[in-house]
Amino acid sequence: MSAEAWQITWFTLGVATLSTLVILPFGVALAWLLARREWRGKSIVETLVALPLVMPPVATGLLLLKLLGRRGILGGWLEKTFGWEIVFTWRGVVIATAVMSFPLLVRTALVAFENVNPRLEQVARTLGSGPWRVFVRITFPLALRGVIAGALLAFARALGEFGATIMVAGYIPGKTATLALSIYNLVQLGHDSEAFGLLAISVVIAFGAVFASEWFLRRRIR
Amino acid sequence: MVFTEAHSVSVELSRLRLPLAHFTLEVDVVLSGRVTGIFGASGAGKTSLLEIIAGLRRPMAGAVRIDGVVLTDFSTRTFVRPERRAVGYVPQEGALFPHLSVRKNLLYGFSGNHARPTGLTFEHVTGILEIAALVERRIQTLSGGEKQRVALGRALLASPRLLLLDEPLAGLDAPLRDRLLPYLARVRDEFAIPMIYVTHSPDEVLALCDDVVILCQGKIETRGAPAELFMPAARPRFERRPT
Repeated sequence: MSAEAWQITWFTLGVATLSTLVILPFGVALAWLLARREWRGKSIVETLVALPLVMPPVATGLLLLKLLGRRGILGGWLEKTFGWEIVFTWRGVVIATAVMSFPLLVRTALVAFENVNPRLEQVARTLGSGPWRVFVRITFPLALRGVIAGALLAFARALGEFGATIMVAGYIPGKTATLALSIYNLVQLGHDSEAFGLLAISVVIAFGAVFASEWFLRRRIR
Repeated sequence: MVFTEAHSVSVELSRLRLPLAHFTLEVDVVLSGRVTGIFGASGAGKTSLLEIIAGLRRPMAGAVRIDGVVLTDFSTRTFVRPERRAVGYVPQEGALFPHLSVRKNLLYGFSGNHARPTGLTFEHVTGILEIAALVERRIQTLSGGEKQRVALGRALLASPRLLLLDEPLAGLDAPLRDRLLPYLARVRDEFAIPMIYVTHSPDEVLALCDDVVILCQGKIETRGAPAELFMPAARPRFERRPT
């Protein structure tokens, strides 16, 4: 494996890991809110969260580009406040993959929280635990395998993200080139054998992530 | 909250009102027995009533007072959260925490701030319920009867001032029910904790309760001493209520 292929692989793994870690607390909190609380606008938020699953990834990418560009509401603020450039940087890759993989985490964690018997939480309340303690000691441990499975699915989705990433971060070798973007670029240039090398790496990593996710889902404590 | 040695407690359910799927639960009664039975067919509103007392449901009207202390009062928007009520609750299925060992289940509510009545120690409770040998086991390895005894022990060890038992023997076969009844009687006799016992079995009412309220379609039909209401010569109409 060439040094470039290694660099692309590590960059992709790093970006996918980071984007998964970034969305994890928000995804878990939102999944719990959707599973356990009734609130105004809940169905709208549920729909918004699912949108990246059904919208063309490039369309999501275009939205992000407008939002995160220097003249965008968020991009302008991030640059002014933290000095962060987003578009055409690794940060753009992280944000694009995070947005695209967020629904998978939320939906899997939501099912995991819904599968926790609410009676257990009620009994824990009568035994002296407040809502936060019940979440930490009862709800979250019982939903943990589902949450891990969701995180692994989100990670796998982040590994393969293409459409939104190319819009927000472009293909810049050594800077924003992920496995998916590099495969596309190599095929465009007619370097099929190198593309197949990266394809093999993608298959192995994605298989491992999805296999682990399924394993966690199957072994969920009921 | 200081626990006294008294075996009885005054549970005042004042003009409670809660719409349910097919009728409205409407209860206005003061329960003051050592073990008060709430008897009624499935779907009579018994569990909803316990949930209101435990603070797991809010009524649409009315108040709940225990020994004069207001726990819920719709008119003044008073609502004491379940974790601050010191009201134990054992649901029908026991609801043991499947990811914790028997010991951790039993000790879950043990470190509370309530003053403990004499004798309510881990050793005594596990001894009375004969579950001392089970404490290192996983919940998944327990039988139905063992699970119910552990659930009962867990609720007791949290030192409640009132214990709510929601059909703890329903779903168990007859021989197992017969074996578990004496444990409930021992808990009643051994610990100074008043109980409200929900059931649809006249035998359980006769064996355990000193007062019984009969609930039908969300309303109290009658109340009195179990022997008066359930002995065949006295009131046979409550004997074979459909379950």
